[in-house]
Amino acid sequence: MTAAPSRAAVVAPADRAADARTEPRWVQVALITVAALFLGAFVALPVAAVLHQAFRDGAGVFTAAIADPAARAAIRLTLTVTLIVVPLNLAFGVAAAWAIARFRFRGRALLITLIDLPFAVSPVIAGMIFVLLFGAHGVLGPTLAAHDLKIIFALPGIVLATTFVTFPFVAREPIPVMEAQGADEEEAAVVLGATGWQMFFRVTLPKIKWGLAYGVILCTARAMGEFGAVSVVSGHIRGRTNTVPLHVEILYNEYQYAAAFAVASLLLLVALATLVARRLIEHRASRPDPVALPTATRVEPPHVPGALVP
Amino acid sequence: MHHPPHRAAIAATLLAVVLGGCDSEGGRGGGNAASATVLNVSYDPTRELYADVNAAFAAHWKEKTGQSLTIEQSHGGSGKQARSVIDGLAADVVTLALSYDIDQIAKAGLIDPAWQARLPHNSAPYTSTSVFLVRKGNPRGIRDWGDLVQPGVQVITPNPRTSGGARWNYLAAWGWALEQHGGDEAKAREFVAALFKNVPVLDSGARGSTTTFVERKIGDVLLAWENEARLALDKLGGELELIVPPVSILAEPPVTVVDKVVDKRATRAIATAYLEFLYTPEGQRLAARHHYRPRDAAAAPAGAFPAVRLFTVDEVAGGWAKAQAAHFDDGGTFDQIYAPGN
Amino acid sequence: MSRRRHRALPGFGLALGWTVTWLSLIVLLPLATLAWKSASLGPERFWELASSPRALASYRLTFGAALAAAAVNLVLGTIVAWVLVRYRFPGRWLLDALVDIPFALPTAVSGLALTAVLAPTGWIGEPLRDLGITVVFTPVGIAIALIFIGLPFVVRTVQPVLADLEPEIEEAAAVLGASRWQTVVRVLAPTLAPAAITGFALAFARAIGEYGSVVFISGNRPMQTEITPLLIMTRLENYDYAGATALGLVMLVVSFGMLLVINLLQGWSRRRQVAT
Repeated sequence: MTAAPSRAAVVAPADRAADARTEPRWVQVALITVAALFLGAFVALPVAAVLHQAFRDGAGVFTAAIADPAARAAIRLTLTVTLIVVPLNLAFGVAAAWAIARFRFRGRALLITLIDLPFAVSPVIAGMIFVLLFGAHGVLGPTLAAHDLKIIFALPGIVLATTFVTFPFVAREPIPVMEAQGADEEEAAVVLGATGWQMFFRVTLPKIKWGLAYGVILCTARAMGEFGAVSVVSGHIRGRTNTVPLHVEILYNEYQYAAAFAVASLLLLVALATLVARRLIEHRASRPDPVALPTATRVEPPHVPGALVP
Repeated sequence: MHHPPHRAAIAATLLAVVLGGCDSEGGRGGGNAASATVLNVSYDPTRELYADVNAAFAAHWKEKTGQSLTIEQSHGGSGKQARSVIDGLAADVVTLALSYDIDQIAKAGLIDPAWQARLPHNSAPYTSTSVFLVRKGNPRGIRDWGDLVQPGVQVITPNPRTSGGARWNYLAAWGWALEQHGGDEAKAREFVAALFKNVPVLDSGARGSTTTFVERKIGDVLLAWENEARLALDKLGGELELIVPPVSILAEPPVTVVDKVVDKRATRAIATAYLEFLYTPEGQRLAARHHYRPRDAAAAPAGAFPAVRLFTVDEVAGGWAKAQAAHFDDGGTFDQIYAPGN
Repeated sequence: MSRRRHRALPGFGLALGWTVTWLSLIVLLPLATLAWKSASLGPERFWELASSPRALASYRLTFGAALAAAAVNLVLGTIVAWVLVRYRFPGRWLLDALVDIPFALPTAVSGLALTAVLAPTGWIGEPLRDLGITVVFTPVGIAIALIFIGLPFVVRTVQPVLADLEPEIEEAAAVLGASRWQTVVRVLAPTLAPAAITGFALAFARAIGEYGSVVFISGNRPMQTEITPLLIMTRLENYDYAGATALGLVMLVVSFGMLLVINLLQGWSRRRQVAT
C-alpha cells in the first residue's frame, strides 16, 4: 500500500528507467480521485442503498427472507442454471478465443461481431426468440408437444436464455490478452515438438488464465443476475421456475422491500465472494503480481520452452 | 495437473446434467392420485388473495375427497400472463385482469369461446373500481375526476399499454368525461389528454406506480384499483388517504378453466371446484377481506365499501375488444395524446 | 503484434468448428427465427411499424443515451483501469471490487437501487432537487443507468492488457528522450486502443438492449423517455409479435452494423500499427 511514495523516495539514478513508468505525484492523486469519485457515486452508493434497504427492518427480516422456502427454491434453481451454463460457455470461450486470437481467416471480424451480438440483443428479444422457437405456436412447438417435452416455462428454457445472454462473456476476455502477448512462445513449443494439448495446457492456459478466470466470474455473475430474458421464458411459477432475480421482483411487488433487497444482497455477496476467491487464487499461484513490484525487480514469467519437451 | 480422465469425467457429468435438464412434467397433477397439483396463472394484485384462497380451498378439498392438493401460483402483468398461457404455460385456471386477455387465450383455441357464461356474474366472482390515493389531509383537495386536470397536480398511474389496471383507470376517466360532456368524444379525448399531461412517470405495472407514489413520494394523487389502494393503506399507510370518487368504472376481473390443459392433465374437476369455491360464502369473505367487492353483499361488513355509481366498459367503450382497438392499440387514442404537436 | 498467420499452430479446425457450431445453435438459429417472423410482415407493413414517430423517438433516445454512456465509460473506465494497475494506494482493493458489482446485481435491482438514490427522496436526488435539478424520469437518468450497466466493460478489457504490457517499451521511450506525456500518447495509447475500443463497443452494445434497470428510472413517457426495448415489450403485451419483432430486427441490424464496423476498424488499426 505504500509502494508509490516509497518508490518515489528511493529513486536512484539507476532507477531512471523505472521512473519512466510513473507520473508526477499530483497527477497520480488527481487520477485516483477521479476514479474513486466515479466508482463511489455510480457503484458504491447504489450498493449501499441496497444494503441499507435490506437491513432497514432489522436482521430478523433479513434472515427470514432468505430462509423462506420460495427463496430457497429460487436459490437452488439459480445455482443449477449457473452450473450448467458456465461450463458450456467456458468450453465455447476457449475454443473461440484460440481460433480468433491465433489465426487470421476470412470472416474473422464477422465471427467476432456475431459473438458480441447477444450483448446488443435486448434481453426482452432474447427471451422472445426462444418463445418463437419453442412456444406452443413456435417453429418447434408442435413437435415438442407431441413428445411431451417442455423447453420454455421449465429449466431448459431458462438455461437456453441464460446461455444466450452470457454468450460472449468468457470468449471475449482472453482475446485481447492473447493478442497483446503474441504467439511466439506457442510456436516455439510446437516447433520443439509439443503436442497441441501440451502446448495449450502448459503455454497458453497459464498465460490466459486470469483473463479466462475473469470471464468465468463475469459469466457466473451475469448468469445469476439475468432478469429480462429469463422473465419471458420462466412462467413465474412460484417455487418451481422462479430464479433469484425473479423472486426479488415478486417480493418487491408484494411491498416487502426489505425482504426483496435482502435476497438481492445475496447476489451482491456472491459477487464479492468470487472476487475474494480470485484474489486468493492469484496469491496461491504465487505468480508475482507484475503490478505490485517495482519494475526493476520484475520477474519474467518462467517460460523455458525446452523444458516442455519430455 | 490436467489428466485427461478428469476432463472426460467432467464432460460426462456435464452432458448428463444437460440431458437430465430436459424435464417432461406436462402430465403432472391428475385425477385419482393421493395428491394433485394445479397451476393458477393470475395477474399482479391477486397475490395476497390467492395465497389465502389456496390454503382454504386445499383444506376444503382434502376434507371432501381426501386428496392433498398443491396449488401453484404465477403472477405478472395480465397481458404477459395470457401470452405465456398461449405460448404453452400449462395453467389449469387463469384469473386475469380483463376479459380481453382471456378472450385472446380462447382465440388461440385453449378455452371454449363461450367461457364467460360458464360461471355466474360474467365469470367475475368479485369486482373492484378505480379510486384515488392522496397524501394525508388531501392538500390538493382532490374529490372527483375533474380535479385531476388542474394545472400543477401530478397524477401517478401505470402505463395503459403495459398494465391491465391502468386501462381500467384510463377508461374510468374516459367514461367520466363522456358523461360530463353528453357523449362528446372530442371533449373526452381532450380531458384524457390533459390528465396524462399531468402524469410525470408511467410505470409498467400497477405495483410499480404504488411504489413511485408511496416510497419515492412522487406525485399528488395515485390512480389505483380499490383493492390495491386499500392494500397499500394497510401495508404502507400512515401518510396516505383514500378518496373514492362519486362515479367510477366497474372492474370485473374474470376467472376460467383452461379447457385444453385440464383435459390433458385430467384436472377439470379440481379446477372447476376451485373456481366455484370463489363464489361460496367463504370465498366471498376472503375476497372482501382482500378489499375486492364481493358479489354477495353479506360477505363484507356493512360500510366496508362506500357506495359508488359504477358504469361498465360496455357502456363507455362498447366492450373490451372495441376499447382495445380504439384506445390502446398502435395509433389509438392513447398514442395520439403523445403524438408530436399535441 | 500477432500479425502473422500462425499456420504452425494446431487446433484451428477443432476450435473454429466448435465455435461456429455452438454459435449457430445458441445464437444464429434463434435469431433467424426473428428475421423469419419479421419477413412475414411484408416490406410495407414492416417499414410502417419500424418507422412510426414513436419508434423513431425511441431509437434516438436509446442510441443517444447508449452512446453518451459508453463515451463516459471509455474515458473514466480507462482512468480507473490505469489507476488500478499502476498505482498503489489504500483502498485500491475496494475500488477493484466495486468495478464488478454492476454485473452481479440483477438489472432490476440496479434500477431500483439507482432510482432509490436519485429520486427526490434519495441520497443524491435530495441535494439535486434543492439545486433545481431532476434526474429521475429524464434522459439523463437513463444515461446514468446505462453508465452503471456498462461500467465494467472498459475497465476490465483495458486492465489485463495494461498489466501485461512489457515495461521495456516505456523505458525505451524514456531513454530515447520522450517526455512522460509523449510516451503515454504515442506509445501507450495506441497499444491500449484496441482493448479500450472493445470495451467501448461492448458497453455500447449492452446499453442499447438494456431493459430491466432503465424502466424504473426512465419514466416511460411515449415520445420523451420511452426506450425501444420498452416499446417492444409494449407490443408483446398487446399480442403483437410481428410489431415487436420488427423493432427487434431494426435494433439487431443497427447494433450488428456498429459492432462490425468497430471490429473492422480494430483490425485495420492493428495492421496499420504493424506497418508503421
